[in-house]
Formats: sequence, C-alpha cells, structure tokens
Amino acid sequence: MEMGQQVLQQLVNGISLGSIYALIALGYTMIYGIIKLINFAHGDIYMVGAYIGFFAITQAGLSIVPALLVSLVTTAMLGMLVEKLAYKPLRHAPRLSVLITAIGVSFFLEYASMYFVSPTPRTFPAVMDSVAINIGGLVINGQQLLILGITFVLMVILTYIVKFTNTGKAMRAASFDTETAQLMGINSDRIISITFGIGSALAAVAGVLVGIYYNSIDPLMGIMPGLKAFVAAVLGGIGILPGAVVGGIILGVVEAFVSGFISSTFRDAAAFAILIIVLLVRPTGIFGKNTKEKV
Amino acid sequence: MDKFSGMKYLKKNDAVLLGFAIVLFALLQGLISGKVLSSFWQLNVLIIGINIIMAVSLNLINGYTGQFSLGHAGFMAVGAYVGVVLTTNFHAPFVVALLAGGLSAAFLGFLIGIPTLRLNGDYLAIATLGLGEIIRIVIMNIEYVGGAAGFKGIPHHTNFAWVFWLTVIALFFIKNFVNSTHGRACLAIRENEIAAESMGINTTKYKVLAFAIGAGFAGIAGGLFAHCFYLISPNSFTFMASFNYLIMVVMGGMGSITGSIAGAFVVTFLSAALASWPEFRMIIYALALIFLMFYRPQGLFGYMEITSMRPLNRIFGRPGEKKEGGRTDG
Repeated sequence: MEMGQQVLQQLVNGISLGSIYALIALGYTMIYGIIKLINFAHGDIYMVGAYIGFFAITQAGLSIVPALLVSLVTTAMLGMLVEKLAYKPLRHAPRLSVLITAIGVSFFLEYASMYFVSPTPRTFPAVMDSVAINIGGLVINGQQLLILGITFVLMVILTYIVKFTNTGKAMRAASFDTETAQLMGINSDRIISITFGIGSALAAVAGVLVGIYYNSIDPLMGIMPGLKAFVAAVLGGIGILPGAVVGGIILGVVEAFVSGFISSTFRDAAAFAILIIVLLVRPTGIFGKNTKEKV
Repeated sequence: MDKFSGMKYLKKNDAVLLGFAIVLFALLQGLISGKVLSSFWQLNVLIIGINIIMAVSLNLINGYTGQFSLGHAGFMAVGAYVGVVLTTNFHAPFVVALLAGGLSAAFLGFLIGIPTLRLNGDYLAIATLGLGEIIRIVIMNIEYVGGAAGFKGIPHHTNFAWVFWLTVIALFFIKNFVNSTHGRACLAIRENEIAAESMGINTTKYKVLAFAIGAGFAGIAGGLFAHCFYLISPNSFTFMASFNYLIMVVMGGMGSITGSIAGAFVVTFLSAALASWPEFRMIIYALALIFLMFYRPQGLFGYMEITSMRPLNRIFGRPGEKKEGGRTDG
C-alpha cells in the first residue's frame, strides 16, 4: 500500500513536470518541423518568459492570468525577433551554421539577461493560496492543478489553430514541404515567423508555470529544460505535435520515478539515456514514420 | 600504424616546424623561469596549451571528419579522473597516468562512437552532448573519486615543458593523420558521406577512428589539466566546457589546425582578460559566434594552414597544392 501510494504520488508529480516539458517540446518540435533547426535558444526563451511573468507580477502588480498573457505576448514577439535577426539571414546556409548560430543566440539570451537581472535566483511570488487536495493520501497541490489546467487549455487552442485555421493549414503544408508550399502561394517566411511566435508563447507560459511551481527562477534555468524538451520531442517523434506532448509526459514521469526511487542526481542522466536509447532503437520516435534517405 | 606511416612525411617542413617549436619553447620557458610572467599568466600559458590540444582534437572530429560532437569535455573528464586516481592513489609516474587517461578516454570514445556515429547532424550533436553529461553525472556519483565535491590532494605535476611538448606531439600527430590515407578518408566523409561510402570507404570505421583519436587526446589534455590544480570537480567538465572548445574550433576554422591554435589562444586569452566580467565574456562569445556565421561561416582560417600562406609558403612549399592532388588520388 505504502509503495503503491508512493508510485501514484510520483506519477502525479511526473505528469505535472511532464506537462511543462510538453509545452516547451511543442515549440521545439514545431520549429524543427518547419526549418529543421534544433533551436538551442528555445530554453532561454522560456527563461525570458518566466522573468517577464515575474516582473509583471512583482513590478506591475498583475495577477496570474494577466501576467501570463503579458509574458505570452512579449515572449512571442521576442521569439519572432530572434528568428528575424538571427535565423532568417541564414535560411539558405548550411544547417550546421544555423545550429551554431542558435548556440550563440542561446548564450546571448542567457548572459544578457544575467547582466540585466543579475545572476542571483529570484523568488517567484506566491500567486495562489496553497491549497492541496488529498485523495486517500495522494496529494495534488494547487500549483499542479493550475499547470495541468493551463496546459490542457493551451493544447486545445493549439490543436484548433493547427487543425482548423488557414494559418495552421499553411504551417502543416510548410513543414511537409516548404518549397511546394511556397509554390502554392504560402508565404513561408510569414509562416516560419508565426511558428516561432506560437512556440515562444508556449515556452513563456511554461516558464511562468515553472516559476509558480518551484518558486525560483534564474537566468540559466532554461538550459536543462530546453535540452530535455528536445529529448521529449525526439522521443515522441520530431515534428509531430501529439508526439511532443506524449514525449514530455513520459520524460516527466521517468524523471520523477528516477529522483523518487533512485537518486535525484541521476535525474538529468535519465533524460539523456532515454534520448540515446530512442536514437539507437527508434530514431523516428514513438509516432514517427520511417523515411528513406535519398541520394 | 598512422604514427609510422607519418614518419616518411617527416621531411623539411616538419624539421622547420620543429625548429620553430624549440625556439618558441626556449623563449616561453625563459619568460617563465625569469619570472617575467605573473603566476596568473603562467597558469594561463598552461591552459592555452591544454586548450590547443582540446581544440585540435575536437577539430579532428568536427572539422576534418564533419561529425558534430558536443561532448568533448566528457572525454577530458575521463582522462582527468583516471590520471588523478593513478598519480594520487597509486603513485604512478605522471607519464603513465597521462597515457592511461588518454587510452581510457580513447577506448570510451570507441565504445560510444560505434552506436552514436550512426546518427548524423543535429542528432549526433545532441546525443554526444547527452553522453558527455552522462559521463559527468556518473563521475559525480562515484564516491571513490570524491563525488560532487571533487577529488582533492592531486600532486602538481603539470609544468610548462609537459604541456608544450605534448601539445607539439598532438599537433604533429593530428597533422600527419589528416594528411595520411586515413585522414583523406575522413575528409571524404565530411564532404559527402554517401559519396565516400560508394567509393568504398568504410565510413563507420573512419568516423569511429577519428572519434577515438580525438577522445584520446582530450583524455591526455584532461590529465594535464587536472595536475595543474590541487582539486578537480565534475563541474569543470559540463557541456558549457564542451561549448567552450567548440567556440575555439568554430572561431578558428573547422578544418584548420592553425585555426584551432588561434581559436584556443584567443578564447583563453579573452577568458583570462575578462575574468572579472564573466557576463561580458559570454556575451562577446555569443555575438562573435553569430556574426562569424553571418559573415565568415568557415571561421578565421577556413581550411587554410598558416604554412600555406604567404610569406611562409616560401619556406614550407605549397602543401595546399599537394593536398588537392592527394584528394583526387584518394
């Protein structure tokens, strides 16, 4: 009984952590799907989102939902700006150059924010009363419910945008084949920009939610979640939206179990071990289809 | 085997370079023995040498073979920890510790290389990054080597002579490797893996070979690095360190040994000079990387070596032309 309860508890913790990974992974997978770039800076966009949320709450005195919206809009604009300044000029450059640029952008965001907001971690204000629901010993706290609720709402909105709007159709077409989509009259530059905007907005929400969940944010907080979200995207099948969600949640649960039952120091190693196993056993991910390499 | 096939290339050019190395060594050793350099800069001279080994060995993997690895610091960690355990706990001679560190890193590189080098591009980058982190986390969890707190009481064996001559050996080895049949195979893989394979090159073999050699030299550099200090901790070998070596290689030029030397020199010098402003240092690196990719994606030197540029090519001949001829042979 005791053991079973602990397993359930870690499952709950894992799913809430996993939904945050899922939010970041969605941005990763959308961007990778459309321009085949591992946007190393995506984790740092998430960090910036957390800081904007933090300042919206502490300086502007906003409550949680307006703060989330402010962070979402500002960070989306930042993501589009980064794409315009750093990645767009390299649209036809070798992929390695773009990857190195992304590493550069990532460093720039980390250390520029470190310069502006100081490297010391900030305590994220408590935006909600600490409520906790106790179901037969299983504790689900208010923050976890908030994370699950907001993640769910965002996924519904995202699914609607991608499946039923013209922009969404254009996004899917561009990620299937950018050149052909362009021939069909889709402005691929605009679609790429929108993709960065949506991805960054999701990352911003994840950043604010993490601030609420862990009460602490710092300028380097984006590195590890960024890499892990990439792992999640690969696990689910890169470029596939439901894959990113499933991958994120699996990763969160595995991490919760590893830190709960083995040792929290092996948490990060578990994520990378999953990545390597996936890449070796099924490089296209859980939902991926095999594609043949053409010469 | 490459070492021996390299021997017949030890001709006039190598003799001139060796002479140059001896003069440089005498000059720098004089500066150090004469206490002209402060102890801070003395340490940084050692670090520059170690970073040159790291950069040039990473260049063999990333630049010459075209396999984008982001886990080089992991191999450095293996070399460092094997080395310090041997010298501190078993009182082994320094050279044995360095060799053992290098060989274990090379062996690990070989083991890791076989499965991961099937991946390419972005996936390889992120897999090697993950492996480097896994190595570090595993070391962090071994109590025998001090865990997260680090390994204490390391004897101070590294001096300028060790660093300088090992750097020279690494440079000669990698230069000769790149100019050998095996090196040509690696270049062919970089240019076009599918084409190389269809020309009968065993791509897996050469990728793993380059990866293991690069890892081995990283291990030796790790041994040298560890014996500069009283204490080493796993935190010195995070993926940020790997990125640091990557910056050196990219800045100097992926595919140029001269470039790696220049990159290691510039980056180490900048880090030392800007030690009090760590944020600025990283912002400068970041902008340098981005603008390099915009305006000079091949890095400062591209594929060029200083020995093939004017006016030095009068002394060294034109190895660049020879290289072109060699490439059509291979």
